[in-house]
Amino acid sequence: MAEIVIRNLRKEFGDFVAVRESTFTIGNGEFFMLLGPSGCGKTTTLRMIAGLELPTGGEILIDGEDVSRKPASQRDIAFVFQMFALYPHMNVRRNIAYPLVSQGMPRAQVAAKVAEVARLLRIEDILDRPVGGLSGGDRQRVALGRAIVRNPKAFMMDEPLGALDAEFREIMAEELRALHDRMGATTVYVTHDQLEAMQMGDKIVVMNHGVVEQFGTPQEIYDHPATLFVADFIGQPAMNFLDFEGSFAAGDTSVRLGQAEIALPALRETVEARRLVLGVRPEHVGFDDAAPFRGRIEATEYLGTTQVVTLSTPNGPLKARIPSAESVRPGETVGLRFTASTLSLFDRGTGRAFRTAANENVHHG
Amino acid sequence: MSGWSVTEPSARSKWIAGTLVVIYTVITLLPLVWIISTSFKSGPDSISYPPKVFFQPSLEGYVNLFTTRTRLGAEDFAALPPPETWYERIVRQQGMVIAGPSRFGERFMNSVIIGFGATFLSVFLGTLAAYAFSRFRIPLKDDLLFFILSTRMMPPIAVAIPIFLMYRTLGLSDTHLGMILLYTAVNVSLAVWLMKSFIDGIPREYEEAALIDGYTRFQAFRKVVLPQAVTGIAATAIFCLIFAWNEYAFAVLLTSGKAQTAPPFIPTIIGVGGQDWPAVAAGATLFLLPVMVFTILLRKHLLRGITFGAVRK
Repeated sequence: MAEIVIRNLRKEFGDFVAVRESTFTIGNGEFFMLLGPSGCGKTTTLRMIAGLELPTGGEILIDGEDVSRKPASQRDIAFVFQMFALYPHMNVRRNIAYPLVSQGMPRAQVAAKVAEVARLLRIEDILDRPVGGLSGGDRQRVALGRAIVRNPKAFMMDEPLGALDAEFREIMAEELRALHDRMGATTVYVTHDQLEAMQMGDKIVVMNHGVVEQFGTPQEIYDHPATLFVADFIGQPAMNFLDFEGSFAAGDTSVRLGQAEIALPALRETVEARRLVLGVRPEHVGFDDAAPFRGRIEATEYLGTTQVVTLSTPNGPLKARIPSAESVRPGETVGLRFTASTLSLFDRGTGRAFRTAANENVHHG
Repeated sequence: MSGWSVTEPSARSKWIAGTLVVIYTVITLLPLVWIISTSFKSGPDSISYPPKVFFQPSLEGYVNLFTTRTRLGAEDFAALPPPETWYERIVRQQGMVIAGPSRFGERFMNSVIIGFGATFLSVFLGTLAAYAFSRFRIPLKDDLLFFILSTRMMPPIAVAIPIFLMYRTLGLSDTHLGMILLYTAVNVSLAVWLMKSFIDGIPREYEEAALIDGYTRFQAFRKVVLPQAVTGIAATAIFCLIFAWNEYAFAVLLTSGKAQTAPPFIPTIIGVGGQDWPAVAAGATLFLLPVMVFTILLRKHLLRGITFGAVRK
């Protein structure tokens, strides 16, 4: 059980800056996701927390103690690797027992702990098998067993489901979350899969190019992305970006796209004329012939209960997720109505979301 | 149809391939078979013409290899008590008596000490260096690796004279330590390069897992990396041993007495009591054994390593 505080953490590899001044807090018992595209610095951040890389600067506090200069073995952390890293020359039992052996625990106690963990993970029947012939799911369970057997302060997981096939991934994602809920241990989990992050995480940090773009609950991040990058990265299909030129003042509750006045949450900033982006989630677009903002239907994609309609508008392409029951015909021009409280407004130049009544409490990176 | 197919080769082409392999094997093994069979011949059989393929086997060669003998006058010879051991009997049959043990045992032990000592040291140093090159950020890493390899870019004997002078000055001539160091110096570059590629193939995650599980870097190396590098260590050890065991030129140059190895010794048997071919052949046969046994013992690891790698991921 531990609270992990990351302060101004930085990592350079030669001239390359992998992580730039990152700051966030991982609460005690949280299932915390580090999310971002490959090369964004999320794995480096995780490895610094675990002690596998030394930070170039900044602090890592575990339960208030700065561990950033301590070797991994003194941090009392367990790590689950993407390729599992089960010791190939040992059987399942010895793999799980290995962390305990390093602590010099008496043999009888080791056996009891291994048995307990095996029961918890339902791998009692494979304890004496070599790890080479195990299925992906079983390897994953053994890797988890090796991590939890020591009761560490926190778990680090580096894309632990990445090496599994789709079918197992679903099952293991549920098992992992259930296991976490039962043990309540702080978990830091790296993934590039936004769905996985949304599905499993209590909190998410979104990283890009070594920078923390946003930090918050899955819902905050989905509903109120702090940057264009986050808005684009989270959600499938991604948020629509409607480009326009304009200006606004604090207190305004609408912006003007061409002829159409679009209502949005009350703005808290004043900016002069510049290139702006209106962010609209596909599910917040409705068809309404009375609406002044119009688009032409290009194509539709049937997805069972919903359909994704691609339209072209004067401000760029747009996708709408609407019930399948609504009939749409490519070539038609329709009016588009957006759910005002869900809209975001971004600065095209910096990518930052402007403060509005809706996103005031969101953490920027 | 294109020229390539995945069907079984025809009986005829299999037969031809099989025949070629058998012919090649016979050609390769013939000298070896000849040496081994000569080692079991008696003196006259070994030089008879036409050569004898079938003969009465005898341990004369082996007995002569391990003994020195003298010829006595006919009267003294007749006055001797009857031979007490089987090897005395063999010597008597040649009309001689045993004067004492030969130097072969000693030379053979020198070869064992120097060959295995140099192999152990090369693999030990090579593995540690390879691990460092594989895992750590080392300034000028590529240049250092090239520099290490460059020591093999000329035949070692090209530096024979400097080494001869250096060894004489340092008192390393004709010592076990000197020969072990010399063979290690030649082998260690091979060991570093071979072991580096093997260790590169072992994912770092294994050590990192051990580091996080509470082990030190050295414990992780010993308990996690080494067991997985066994294949590489076995292969490297075989190559190093074959070189150190068979080396002739430096052995002739730098050893003459105390530390002389078997290769320069075996030819000198020829001079003792005429051309004693069975004894020479016996020496060569015994000399072959350790490398063969060593290779066969380690072959198990080589094969295991190969299948191991195949199923790991």
